[in-house]
Amino acid sequence: MDLNLTAEELQFRDELRAWLAANLPKDWNQWREKPIEVSFPYLRAWQRKLHEGGWAAVSWPKEYGGRSASLMRQAIFWEELARVDAPPTANTLGLGIIGPTIISHGTEAQKKRYIPKILSAEEIWCQGFSEPNAGSDLAGLQTEARLDGGDYIVNGQKVWTSYGWVGDWCELVVRTDPSVAKHKGLTVLLVDMRSPGVDVRPLRQMTGESEFSEIFFRDVRVPVANVLGEVNDGWNVAISTLMHERGAFGARLHLLFKRNIDRLIELSHSVQRNGSPAAKDPLIRQKLAQCYAEIEIMRLNQLRAFSRIAATGVPGPEGSILKIFWSELNQRVQQIAQELLGPYGQLLGADRHAIDHGIWSYGYLRSRGNTIEAGTSEVQRNIIGHFVLGLPRSY
Amino acid sequence: MQFGLSDSQRLLQDSARKFFAAECPMALVRRLMETDAAYDGALWSKMTAQGFTGIIFPEEYDGAGLGTVELILLMEEAGRALLPGPFFSTVVLAGGLLNAIGTPEQKKKYLAPICRGERRSTVAILESRANWDLASAQISAVNGKLSGEKLFVPVAGVADFIMVVARNGVFVVDADDPGIHVEPMSAMDLTRKLYSVSFENTPAEKLGDAAGLQKALDVSTAALAAEMVGGMQRTLDTTVEYAKTRKQFGKPIGIFQAVQHQCADMYLETESSRSAAYYAAWALEENMPDAALAVSIAKMYASDASRAVGNRGIQVHGGMGFTWENDLHLYYRRAKASETMFGDATFHRERIARLAIDSAARTAKSA
Repeated sequence: MDLNLTAEELQFRDELRAWLAANLPKDWNQWREKPIEVSFPYLRAWQRKLHEGGWAAVSWPKEYGGRSASLMRQAIFWEELARVDAPPTANTLGLGIIGPTIISHGTEAQKKRYIPKILSAEEIWCQGFSEPNAGSDLAGLQTEARLDGGDYIVNGQKVWTSYGWVGDWCELVVRTDPSVAKHKGLTVLLVDMRSPGVDVRPLRQMTGESEFSEIFFRDVRVPVANVLGEVNDGWNVAISTLMHERGAFGARLHLLFKRNIDRLIELSHSVQRNGSPAAKDPLIRQKLAQCYAEIEIMRLNQLRAFSRIAATGVPGPEGSILKIFWSELNQRVQQIAQELLGPYGQLLGADRHAIDHGIWSYGYLRSRGNTIEAGTSEVQRNIIGHFVLGLPRSY
Repeated sequence: MQFGLSDSQRLLQDSARKFFAAECPMALVRRLMETDAAYDGALWSKMTAQGFTGIIFPEEYDGAGLGTVELILLMEEAGRALLPGPFFSTVVLAGGLLNAIGTPEQKKKYLAPICRGERRSTVAILESRANWDLASAQISAVNGKLSGEKLFVPVAGVADFIMVVARNGVFVVDADDPGIHVEPMSAMDLTRKLYSVSFENTPAEKLGDAAGLQKALDVSTAALAAEMVGGMQRTLDTTVEYAKTRKQFGKPIGIFQAVQHQCADMYLETESSRSAAYYAAWALEENMPDAALAVSIAKMYASDASRAVGNRGIQVHGGMGFTWENDLHLYYRRAKASETMFGDATFHRERIARLAIDSAARTAKSA
């Protein structure tokens, strides 16, 4: 056990720091509160810059434009970006999930065609997984693809698609063989979102914004060459993608949480409660300390999981505790924020009295989605029960 | 950077696990818990032969010279086995204190015999106010003599000498002195018994500089948190095994999500406690600036988690979990005693607040 950075890790960090010092945009603060539709070109430009420096996808193999960085270096990467408060990338799903899936399952032609434009943010990717009748039970999805000459013809509906509104391409899971067991007849298609018959509609969520879309497919033609991996092996392709989703993603989240708790601690010194700063209130102190500690434990759990992956090569089902841990923790953090801020906690960004531009009212509502998106807490607990602890499958 | 164990650490963990499985089975734990101090001389000799009694102490005092991470790995295995008796009080607590604040002569006189397995000891901290804040000690030595009463002293019944935290320093007293009265306190944990120790003009030798006291107690606290992790792991393992074999409605109860999710939460609580305890040990070993904070985070989380894991484990076991015959309650009792020792979660949350919230105010003012 050695949590000090190695000489190589220090070198990696210092190289990144030097690059950030020279290239980080100075005006992110003027953009961050704007709607994502407005700031998106800004985020594209930032990702292009990262790519030019070789920093867009540090985890990817060198031959595909990455740095073959270990998970530890990825953690260092995200920590450094958070330290300087860098903007997010535009092609989050392309870089984090879909690119790695194409690299591990795609043909050489597919890699050559898609990978460079994922890196440069020239083509934005979205993911067509969930359906109205296939959420936790993803393998039950019904969107179908029938072979017709050199094309598949796709019909069906996807829902909860992040980046659907801006997506150029979609990693789409479809049913190609309805005659076999449900997870055996699935295939992953790479679909041009400008194909005739694709209809994207915004899905308004409880926060009032539309992060996600619904996508309708009516007789959409997709060339056979756009099958990712083997036909009817889509379940394995999709699952490897979900594993990516649960991996390094957490490293970024930790830094967001750390910033939130630091800000709440700062606010606790100025917010008054019973005539003195809330930071003096024993109950507020207890609750802030609990969240502070758990955010630190979230970091430590991640570091341990990364070390395990480094030793075994694959993210294990133990990663499921990370998802449960951060999602339930964020809900508690947001609740403490509400308790701390009292009546101000409910103010939306538009109100002139709002604290921190309304991030706390937004965060409170948004955090309800945390225990649902990317695998509900119930599904995560099933995964731990069956795959980690070896209990019999309950469904 | 890597948060896994080294090969030698894994070897130690493995041999400690095998040692306790062979030499400290539950049958022995149950036999010892019916005795006065739950102490077994034969087991003590075997642990000495393994080098456990001197594990983290310098070789010049007959110790094994290993680090804090090795100590917590050993404690985790001791916790898994519910090791009874004076190991924690003697080696971790008293030995750690002597090593931190004793003079070289005192280490030779008191620490070396502990390492060699010849003597046992303990540390008396709490008084009637039962405050884990070290500054709250009322007892003080006058002209080299102590008078007053200490409570909740672990395994004092087999201590050859006792360390006493007083207002004006830390003192060591001979347990055979006629001015000492050691009396068992009847408490929940049957495997690590508590005592009241009263002094009446008892001659007391002052240990060296008490400045290292808090750090020494932090090491003990991290070690205790690791022991709690071992207890949680055992409770989890036992519970999962039971859920796989116990049948109701014609099926193993582990097939039901209500049961499965209890087990998943036990896993999450155990693993998170382990991450925190391991990090605290490493931070102490490396003298990291956040070491004290890391210790409080580990003890805070383990205190709540070990109780929760015990609750869930007993619940999943149903009626069987409520019987005397089942071992779960023995772990549950230890978990409660450990939860309290060195301060419970509420105590450590306040310490975290002092370190993380109050310091933020100071930073803001100076900025």
